[in-house]
Amino acid sequence: MALLRYESQVRPPLVDGNKDYHQVTEDICRPVEAKPSRLWWMGFLISVALLIFGIVSVTMEVIYGTGQWNLNKTIGWGWDITNFVWWVGIGHAGTLISAILLLFRQGWRTGVNRAAEAMTIFAVMCAGQFPIWHMGRVWNAFFVLPYANTRGPLWVNFNSPLLWDVFAISTYFTVSLLFWYSGLLPDLATLRDRAKEKWRKAFYGVAAFGWTGSTKHWQRHEALSLVLAGLSTPLVLSVHTIVSFDFATSVVPGWHTTIFPPYFVAGAIFSGFAMVQTLLLVTRKVLALEDYITIEHIEVMNKVIVLTGSIVGIAYLTELFMAWYSHVDYEWFAFKENRLSLSSPYGWSYWLMMGCNVLSPQIFWFRKMRRNLLVTFFMSILVNIGMWFERFVIIVTSVYRDYLPSAWSTYYTPTIWEVGFYMGTFGLFFTCYFLFSKFFPVIALAEIKHILKRSGENYKEKMDEVEGESTDEFGNKHGHDHGA
Amino acid sequence: MAVKKFVVGNFDDEAVLFPAVKKVRRAGYKIHDVFTPFPIHGLDHAMGLRDTSLHTAGFIYGITGTTTAVSFITWALTIDWQLNFGGKPFFSLPAWIPITFELTVLFAAVGMVLTFCYLCQLAPFVKKDHFNPRSTDDTFVMALECTEKTNEAEALSFLQSLGAKDVKVDYKETGWWLGRYDKDTKRFEKKAEAVH
Repeated sequence: MALLRYESQVRPPLVDGNKDYHQVTEDICRPVEAKPSRLWWMGFLISVALLIFGIVSVTMEVIYGTGQWNLNKTIGWGWDITNFVWWVGIGHAGTLISAILLLFRQGWRTGVNRAAEAMTIFAVMCAGQFPIWHMGRVWNAFFVLPYANTRGPLWVNFNSPLLWDVFAISTYFTVSLLFWYSGLLPDLATLRDRAKEKWRKAFYGVAAFGWTGSTKHWQRHEALSLVLAGLSTPLVLSVHTIVSFDFATSVVPGWHTTIFPPYFVAGAIFSGFAMVQTLLLVTRKVLALEDYITIEHIEVMNKVIVLTGSIVGIAYLTELFMAWYSHVDYEWFAFKENRLSLSSPYGWSYWLMMGCNVLSPQIFWFRKMRRNLLVTFFMSILVNIGMWFERFVIIVTSVYRDYLPSAWSTYYTPTIWEVGFYMGTFGLFFTCYFLFSKFFPVIALAEIKHILKRSGENYKEKMDEVEGESTDEFGNKHGHDHGA
Repeated sequence: MAVKKFVVGNFDDEAVLFPAVKKVRRAGYKIHDVFTPFPIHGLDHAMGLRDTSLHTAGFIYGITGTTTAVSFITWALTIDWQLNFGGKPFFSLPAWIPITFELTVLFAAVGMVLTFCYLCQLAPFVKKDHFNPRSTDDTFVMALECTEKTNEAEALSFLQSLGAKDVKVDYKETGWWLGRYDKDTKRFEKKAEAVH
């Protein structure tokens, strides 16, 4: 029998079916090595079309300036910053799965971490577009970097949360990319060693960096993954904390709240998991990976969704309560008149947010619903809509009515180019994801093999006899020899 | 680097490999390396490898980042060009913590990954000699280095007795060179240059 790594029968298997190491390799490499399906081409071309729409929209904005968008006084941040926060938030689930769950030794992460990390990288790429193009004179974008310039040098404002964001987002992107790619190296080596076509050998040969699987390299690789996970965990919390500081350190009613950092982080994980569900439900079906991304994985992620959704709900109620309890007129006005009141211009968006983020995820208290793929898919879309509206509510309902009624702005609706920019980032995101799913293994091969003998269905069955053994018997039979 | 002669044993189960590694070491053979498709916890200790110091390197890179951030921002905002932000002190350390933290993480992560690649000789266009292409799939490959004293036939049968499925004597280049995996860019003739 295999080297025994005992895991309780109470835990459901993480890999279904009768698999051995080679079968795992075959299953996960198949989608990469096969010709792309018609469905893949359709999805890919739609994504590219959206991307082109986005490029056109951004070009319009660059040529004619931010006047192409319906931003006004007082709504200086509209769809663009809403989208920025939304995309950054989505990225956070990937880091949570790959880093935080690694530290917590959650075996189920192995099935979904690779795709989720890829999602993180693509989402952060999309997020970064918004503040950059929002600058208007984008050719001056490098002014945000602290470089020795001819204006003094007049340094950037290191005390500003907007500059913290520059550092946070770029660090987050870099570290996520390194974490993802260093994890990919062994799997790319597998593809290289299986490759038959010349171009594949060349492509994966270059991409795998000459990985051999030497024990010493694995030892260093494990150390690297662990430390990167340890670094990414506070990093991911810091990133959305800093994003929330963009709002919380201002004195705008509705933004000036100390609850923002934990509330934003919970919301980010919430929306990110919803996006992971959307992607993985499609991925597992299209690439026939149901044995690796099992219903158990889906259920666990739904549990995270109901937990973080409820945290977000409590945060909404807390800030509402505090607005009332603080007796600050402006704060209470922002909540009562600009958000709660359905007769106010944007009241509908507040209730849409409440419905999608707080009420609807409660359905996941029921096991049947958590394990229902259709419900999960529908909910994942709903949560993402809700979380988009959360950012919209925070931004627009807080700024559209300034302190003086004479400065209240007109109703804000986006122009086609603002919508196009947002759609364009969907294009970018899905173009990248489609390419990723075609050329890279969407499941961490080596990590699945690592847990196979503990959590594979066919290995778990063999544990039945072990369940009946007493501790002494178990020790005598399976305790390993430590050498003379 | 040099072309060396190896006795190679291929295993198909890590449960067989583990005791084999211990017995091979006890018998006095020199294990060149064991190639596995996934990390096997404890194998490094069984092989007698020392722990990696990559963590320490990471820590040093991290504090380099911390120091860089704090010293640079302090210099820029208190010495080089003092700016009055809302009457706050020029040396406003609490407001610099976010950037300090980010740079700490950035330096540590980038430094560690580069060090990792350097130590393991990993880079694009790096080519290495592989003992068995299936060692990235489902085979665990143990390579024993042959010295003058090694009795190859004995080593082969010893590996077989320990459960190796497939054993052979092979010549391999132990270093790396620049090349691509789709072209044969070997810089050596297998046996001609072999060092015994």
